Amino acid sequence: MNTAAAKSPRAARREARQASTAAFLETLTLPDGPAWLTGLRKEALARVADLTLPDRRDEYWSYTNPDRLIAHDIRPAEVFKITDEPPMYQGIDRLKLVFVDGVFDADASDPLDGEGVEISHLSEAGDIHWAKDLYGSLEAAGQKPVARPLAALNTALAKDGVLIRVTGKVSRPVSLIYYREAEDAEAVLHNVVKLEPGAELTLLENGPVAARSSICLEAEIGEDAVLHHVRTMGRDHERKGITNLFARVGKGGLFKSFSLSMNGRLMRNEAMVWLTGEGGSAHLAGAAMGDGTFHHDDTVFIAHEAPGCESRQVYKKVLRDGAVGVFQGKILVEQAAQLTDGYQLSQSLLMDENCQFLAKPELEIYADNVKCSHGSTSGEISPDHMFYLRSRGVSEEEAKLLLVLAFLAETLDEISNEHIAEDMRLRLRRWLEKHTH
Amino acid sequence: MLEINNLHVKLENEDKQILKGLSLTVEPGSVHAIMGPNGSGKSTLSYVLSGRDGYEVTEGTATLDGEDLLDAEPEDRAARGLFLAFQYPVEIPGVGNMTFLRTALNAQRKARGEAEISSGDFLKLVRAKAKDLKIDAEMLKRPVNVGFSGGEKKRNEILQMAMLEPKMCILDETDSGLDVDAMKLVSDGVNALRAPDRAFLVITHYQRLLDHIKPDVVHIMAAGRIIKSGGPELALEVEKNGYADILAEVEA
Ligand SMILES: Nc1ncnc2c1ncn2[C@@H]1O[C@H](COP(=O)(O)OP(=O)(O)OP(=O)(O)O)[C@@H](O)[C@H]1O
Ligand SMILES: [Mg+2]
Repeated sequence: MNTAAAKSPRAARREARQASTAAFLETLTLPDGPAWLTGLRKEALARVADLTLPDRRDEYWSYTNPDRLIAHDIRPAEVFKITDEPPMYQGIDRLKLVFVDGVFDADASDPLDGEGVEISHLSEAGDIHWAKDLYGSLEAAGQKPVARPLAALNTALAKDGVLIRVTGKVSRPVSLIYYREAEDAEAVLHNVVKLEPGAELTLLENGPVAARSSICLEAEIGEDAVLHHVRTMGRDHERKGITNLFARVGKGGLFKSFSLSMNGRLMRNEAMVWLTGEGGSAHLAGAAMGDGTFHHDDTVFIAHEAPGCESRQVYKKVLRDGAVGVFQGKILVEQAAQLTDGYQLSQSLLMDENCQFLAKPELEIYADNVKCSHGSTSGEISPDHMFYLRSRGVSEEEAKLLLVLAFLAETLDEISNEHIAEDMRLRLRRWLEKHTH
Repeated sequence: MLEINNLHVKLENEDKQILKGLSLTVEPGSVHAIMGPNGSGKSTLSYVLSGRDGYEVTEGTATLDGEDLLDAEPEDRAARGLFLAFQYPVEIPGVGNMTFLRTALNAQRKARGEAEISSGDFLKLVRAKAKDLKIDAEMLKRPVNVGFSGGEKKRNEILQMAMLEPKMCILDETDSGLDVDAMKLVSDGVNALRAPDRAFLVITHYQRLLDHIKPDVVHIMAAGRIIKSGGPELALEVEKNGYADILAEVEA
């Protein structure tokens, strides 16, 4: 009997995908770890098998080709020599945790302690650990309504990452620094942050990570807790990577996340945020600048599940010499989420006519009393603005720089810490000074 | 100071001639006024002199202190002392007024080989000048012209002029949109800048501004040319009778 003939093309395609995913998973080895972690990794692997690996036919992968994020051969990426670049966050007192090619480096890091915060890291997590209830759980929940198989793959394969539990208001930021040494290393990091009610933390991530990277952050933000998250991607031109951010914000909680991305060949930043308690807030912002082969994708999903919550998405990209920017953003408002205030803005500044901005802004609203707005535009620097500045004696180059920074300003406004915002401004300025011509 | 000779200008992308043989000489220390019907090309003249894109000079010359103006970049013209107070100042979200003023001032100083102004001196200077023009300190913190009323924008133009201290100031309908008191403030600001080595070209539709800023010469512009020049009395004549008589007289 020929069963294949009876199958719908859709079912056949799914079977083929499952088979190729299974074949891919066969080739992987899970990292060692305590029993609880091994169990969670295996569950995650099973999720990948079920979801199957992404391909371009998937709704949220039509603008970005995932192949290079999955392929076995990790193409080497030249390590960017930071010669005249000042180190980040100079003068900002912080607890530094260093990872080299995705592995925790204890010698280069500060001692893992601080008041109101409990820190450990994945590769040395013991048999009993608070993170066992959280690791992979938000990622698993975040597979709906949009599948994120690469996040599940991260949960399965992550070798290292931080596990942070915050019980008080911590003023000293925790700073994760991702260095890279090898030209062809892959880094898979999985960070878990749990903020108990009323707790507060600033989490910084920066550095080039690896030739290819996958970084997942799961954040549980308790009642009235506050998490500030600031992430900057290094300057390596050939770097590829994906980040997955999962955050659940409780009653009255606040989650703020800002990402800065400069250069890199392929970057996909996914975020899934749930506002689960009344009066919660989530502000997600991103500034990305790149040229040439730069392909940057922000895919953001915010679910309002409780009444009276507020969310903002502010994403801006500066593209030149053929760079591609992608924004896919959704505000989902459940029926219970009355009095939701949702705002979404995605804009690109095209510095020449070879660049492309692909946007898919979405609203899905089931509550009747809400305020939601979204806007997506792409454009060039206004010649009228340029002329006005130049007519006052500002050089063409400086005028361009001022206007590009002005374009990005709204994203930087989402950073609460003024010192950190200033550091970002400086970095953007340096990049522009090198690239404005 | 400013010498314009037989200037012909057309739009770059259209076959439309706007200036058709305009000649004008402005001497140092003087105030010249230009009046003329809507669409006669007054703003176009100011744009061409300050270097805006989109126009093509097909014939004629314009020089500032004997040096060619028309081939220079807008920022170089500014550094050489040319200033245009725009008829419609643009709003620039995200660029702070103070940052803008300071960047402009320092850019001009740098171009002239002068030292940059310190932030302390700059603040003192801008506060004093803003006060003279009754510009609120809060307004200075906002992005350039964003949320400014029409009159506030015009006052902001004069503040920039006062800060940059240009030699050749072109004011394009700075009076339109100003209330009576603001017109007095702005005029005082302009008069305070009058100096033997500085000149003004004031484009206006109304005699009232010229009561405050006394012109030495009044030009009437129509269809892309200066058709008549005279003393301040010419402005009074326009105020009383409009342009019809002058146009008829020239055509005759
Ligand atoms: N960029 C342009 N595209 C098309 N037409 C233009 C452009 N710039 C100027 N013009 C035309 O050229 C003519 C002169 O315009 P201009 O703005 O210089 O007049 P004006 O004398 O300043 O008038 P007003 O008194 O109304 O300010 C008008 O007919 C105007 O429509
Ligand atoms: Mg005009």
